[in-house]
Amino acid sequence: MELVMSFVIIGGLGLIFGGLLAYAARRFAVEEDPRVETITDLLPGANCGACGFAGCSSFAEKVVAGQAPVDSCVPGGKKVSDNICEVLGLESVASEDRKIAQVFCMGSKDIAPDKFEYQGVRDCKAAMMYSGGFKACTYGCLGLGTCVEVCPFDALSMGENGLPKVDTDKCTGCGVCAKACPRNVIRIISARNVKYVPCNSKDRGKVVRESCEVGCIACKACVKACPNEAITVENNLAVIDSAKCDSCGKCIEVCKRQIIKDLGKVLAVK
Amino acid sequence: MNLLAIIFVAILANNIVLSQFLGICPYLGVSKRIETSIGMGMAVIFVMTLSAIVTWLIYNILLAPFGLAYLRTIAFILVIAGLVQLVEMILKKTNPTLFQALGIYLPLITTNCAILGVAVLNIDAGYNIIETIIYAISTGIGFTLAMVIMAGIRERLELVNMSGFVRGAAVTLVSAGILSLAFMGFKGIVTL
Repeated sequence: MELVMSFVIIGGLGLIFGGLLAYAARRFAVEEDPRVETITDLLPGANCGACGFAGCSSFAEKVVAGQAPVDSCVPGGKKVSDNICEVLGLESVASEDRKIAQVFCMGSKDIAPDKFEYQGVRDCKAAMMYSGGFKACTYGCLGLGTCVEVCPFDALSMGENGLPKVDTDKCTGCGVCAKACPRNVIRIISARNVKYVPCNSKDRGKVVRESCEVGCIACKACVKACPNEAITVENNLAVIDSAKCDSCGKCIEVCKRQIIKDLGKVLAVK
Repeated sequence: MNLLAIIFVAILANNIVLSQFLGICPYLGVSKRIETSIGMGMAVIFVMTLSAIVTWLIYNILLAPFGLAYLRTIAFILVIAGLVQLVEMILKKTNPTLFQALGIYLPLITTNCAILGVAVLNIDAGYNIIETIIYAISTGIGFTLAMVIMAGIRERLELVNMSGFVRGAAVTLVSAGILSLAFMGFKGIVTL
């Protein structure tokens, strides 16, 4: 008798709850657009937030609702954008341009000295709170690795010289590191920008010389050497216009500070 | 007076996490930020109360009269899991704001041992329905209290300069132990 009762009661409970759930699933069903799930599966799934939304699934919701541009996913690039267009039945819009993060500072500890010893929290933002950072150069990389911590793709690491290194294979250009850097040393640039000047100092040449051995001193030697007038000096920094630059390499030869880098080589070396 | 004693004991003296060591998993897993710990706490209070009422009814109407008390664990697990699913569906349809606020915590606590623990403890203590409700709510509040204190401690620990091998899980467990010791101070103030 007891055996039968236990069957009846436990089995009955299971049946009742099963039936209740089945009924509730029908009765309280929330209509969801199946395309949302399809697009979520297409996205990289790192939830980096480069698109401006909380994560991949909320971006998918917005893009289906037409509230977000289809090419907002930076890490996914052209491929993901094309796939989204296919799902939504739109014309492809994305350009081929690939973006990557680069560190605009060459001032490792021995090249750009500290002005005082810092023993606080090992975080760049915290270090900035003590009289604007411990580095003599007020624009250079502090090297505490806040960018490395935040990178959702594991593309950043601290190099032996105390500066972050970008793994160009893994970097998707999502820009999370650029947002985290309190000194804007990391920037997102087009991978087509073959030549660039990895210095962030807007100080005048004399000040830069005192605080760093390699920083751009705005001597304008490269400006004069460039046959295509691709280089200008803005805010005491040489800027290379990638549209005009034809990679002749003359600026690299004349630069006294050896601060002009060839991204083509950086990408090739990896 | 008895109800006041139940409230005091459930929140402080016999805190579900710090004295009875139930629900440690969400306690360590979701206590990184104060905001999320409050969200989790609210969801636990809600589910705990609801499941305590339903399991009390099922035990006293279906199981005990037929001498099937030994089946309570399996019956309670079934009931709690089904109930949480049901609540989730209804909330999603009727109150999307609350559904968003409780978020992923609802399905997470389906299998929380603190929920089952309270359902079983209610039966063991022989509470009537009103005492059951009061006990479930105060246990949920005690859980939330422990979560929020822990989240506050962990938010501060994030900014402390310490060696790598104690950082993270190690220092969290040590501080949880000290917090638990502190709560032992409430023992013996009231006896039920």
